[in-house]
Amino acid sequence: METDIILAGVGGQGILSIAAVIGSAALEENLFIKQTEVHGMSQRGGDVQSHLRISDQAIASDLIPLGRADIIISLEPLEALRYLPYLKKEGWIVTNSKPFENIPNYPKTDQWMKEYRRFSHKIVLNAEQIAKDLGAPRSGNVVLLGAASPYLGIDFSHLENGIRQIFGKKGENIVEINLKALQVGRETENYLSI
Amino acid sequence: MNKQLFLGDEAIAQAAIDAGLSGVYSYPGTPSTEITEYIQHSKIAKERGIHSQWCCNEKTALETALGMSYAGKRTLSCMKHVGLNVAADAFMNIAMSGIHGGMIIVSADDPSMHSSQNEQDNRVYGQFAMIPIFEPSNQQEAYDMIYEGYEWSEKWGYPILFRITTRMAHSRAGVQTRELKAQNPCSVEENARSKYVLLPANARKQFKILLEKQKEFLQASETSKYNQLLGLPDETTDCAPRSRLGIVACGIAFNYLQENFPEGFENPVLKISQYPLPKKQLFRLVESCEEILVLEDGFPVVEEQLKGYLGLGLKVHGRLDGTLPRDGELTPDKVRKALGKEVEVYYSIPDVVEMRPPALCAGCGHRDVYEALNEVIKEYKDAKVFSDIGCYTLGALPPFQAIDSCIDMGASITMAKGASDAGIFPSIAVIGDSTFTHSGMTGLLDCVNADANVLIIISDNETTGMTGGQDSAATGRIRSICQGIGVHPDHVREIVPLKKNYEEMKSIIREEIEYPGVSVIVPCRECIQTHARKIKETKK
Repeated sequence: METDIILAGVGGQGILSIAAVIGSAALEENLFIKQTEVHGMSQRGGDVQSHLRISDQAIASDLIPLGRADIIISLEPLEALRYLPYLKKEGWIVTNSKPFENIPNYPKTDQWMKEYRRFSHKIVLNAEQIAKDLGAPRSGNVVLLGAASPYLGIDFSHLENGIRQIFGKKGENIVEINLKALQVGRETENYLSI
Repeated sequence: MNKQLFLGDEAIAQAAIDAGLSGVYSYPGTPSTEITEYIQHSKIAKERGIHSQWCCNEKTALETALGMSYAGKRTLSCMKHVGLNVAADAFMNIAMSGIHGGMIIVSADDPSMHSSQNEQDNRVYGQFAMIPIFEPSNQQEAYDMIYEGYEWSEKWGYPILFRITTRMAHSRAGVQTRELKAQNPCSVEENARSKYVLLPANARKQFKILLEKQKEFLQASETSKYNQLLGLPDETTDCAPRSRLGIVACGIAFNYLQENFPEGFENPVLKISQYPLPKKQLFRLVESCEEILVLEDGFPVVEEQLKGYLGLGLKVHGRLDGTLPRDGELTPDKVRKALGKEVEVYYSIPDVVEMRPPALCAGCGHRDVYEALNEVIKEYKDAKVFSDIGCYTLGALPPFQAIDSCIDMGASITMAKGASDAGIFPSIAVIGDSTFTHSGMTGLLDCVNADANVLIIISDNETTGMTGGQDSAATGRIRSICQGIGVHPDHVREIVPLKKNYEEMKSIIREEIEYPGVSVIVPCRECIQTHARKIKETKK
């Protein structure tokens, strides 16, 4: 078993929480993990990414080689596209559809949407809206993780345990709401058809 | 079985604690910050009374670490690569005196300049000072080499330079920890004065001792389990066939090499994680191979040594002959290309993807400072704004485009003075509070002594912001420091940088530009990130 995941977003959006949940689930399965993070300057509203590798064999490189990622999970539609050179030919893209517009030249919606048309292995969903509808406006990242969960090679119940582990400190309510967000993300059929 | 998911930085911190650390002395700098932060938040560190408060700069940090080592205790000093430039005076001379309690100096280098102004490779410093360098290839080795490093440092009587790069610092992996050791008691060596008083007579003796030690350092490298010659029998036999290519892989480059040979190496490989370079193994590799490829993250340090300046001897490939790019961090893909293997990319980045540079946070006080400053200096066509290292460096980017320089910690004030001396008017410096106490205060004294015509804006957010909000050394005391240095009290002006105060800010800036001497304006408002964090913590 071997899954290479690119997590993408804009500094401050919360990609590291997704990484932490997957990491915790992978540890429960006794898998090897390597995960890069971005600290420092880029955290201030710049593009950020994390390479997350899980495997039942020892992992050599901390960075995922080009053309080898099984999945790109992105909290922002333009950011998913930035890491396309890492994606395998048959890889999946799971992205939030809500743009984070903090640059003056952000492309128009139909311009970036067009880029998604050539992919069949894609899930584009408004994770933020789904989370808001659940009454959990800050759990968009967990909704997205739920949507990506069938492609990670990790048991869903272990991801749930990961949620308990990572959000446990914040209280039972936060755990419950995120477990729900994970479930809804997995079951949602609210994918945008692009 | 006690495997935890650690950042490289955290593995280093935990290993130091487990090895009996008594004090960590550092100044924040990406990618080294998380080492000291981890120790600050560690329960065991608290129980053991491990000193971990941030220092004013890397030089004060390293010297304080030396004091602790002098008193027999194990100590750690962590900095980013350019931080070692600041601490270089201490660093070079600690190699002369030697140490007592084990000392490890972590240099976190930043090839590709993710969050830095250059990509210098501090292995050069280690060789310059002639002390051993450790360069782990993964997080487990980072843990083990720190844990064992303290024993080595005390056995040798010298500090170890522990060199990591961004990907090691900021990547997580499972790490097996070891048992917690006791801390050293306080003790001073009998011959301490002859070591630590580096008068010429003593220094000459100490240098001879250091030179003599080189043999021991080399022997340790040649027998280190972290340096491994793979794919060659131990001894040369006449009938052994020569390989075409031998590979030297330093630090994390070894992982990138492994990534490209999942079924095992096809060439002889020398993995290097400890310096001085293991001569015996290098000889063995060179005599068994026709050509050598050197993989190292950073400068071509090893490659240059093997090749020699004129390149007349060995056939060596790497960053110098274009087999690998001369700049930028190493990646598995660059290594793959260097090995002559194909990198398959299925999708390119679409044109629609625009750059998304970092920016000052919405609501940040630095924004208000630049808004007001930009308005005023429209009135002065020759105005130059010298800036510094910190979040406010982002004032270089749109929409502000407000600054003309960013060189090194503290250079805003001193450059402003030099430019003013040369005739630039108005000559303005913009520096943060933490950078000011790191390296700006001495420059301000130069300005005062020369009565230079400069305006210095100390944009005070009461924290070290860019690295994530660490304590700033002089929160609440910037005005008194400036006055103490000799700036006239009437020309140390304080203001809260908020939109409602724009008119007042603008008139203060105008007045102080027009004042023909040293003036300091301190716009002070807490960083919105640390402010938000504090509110969150009090809610808990």
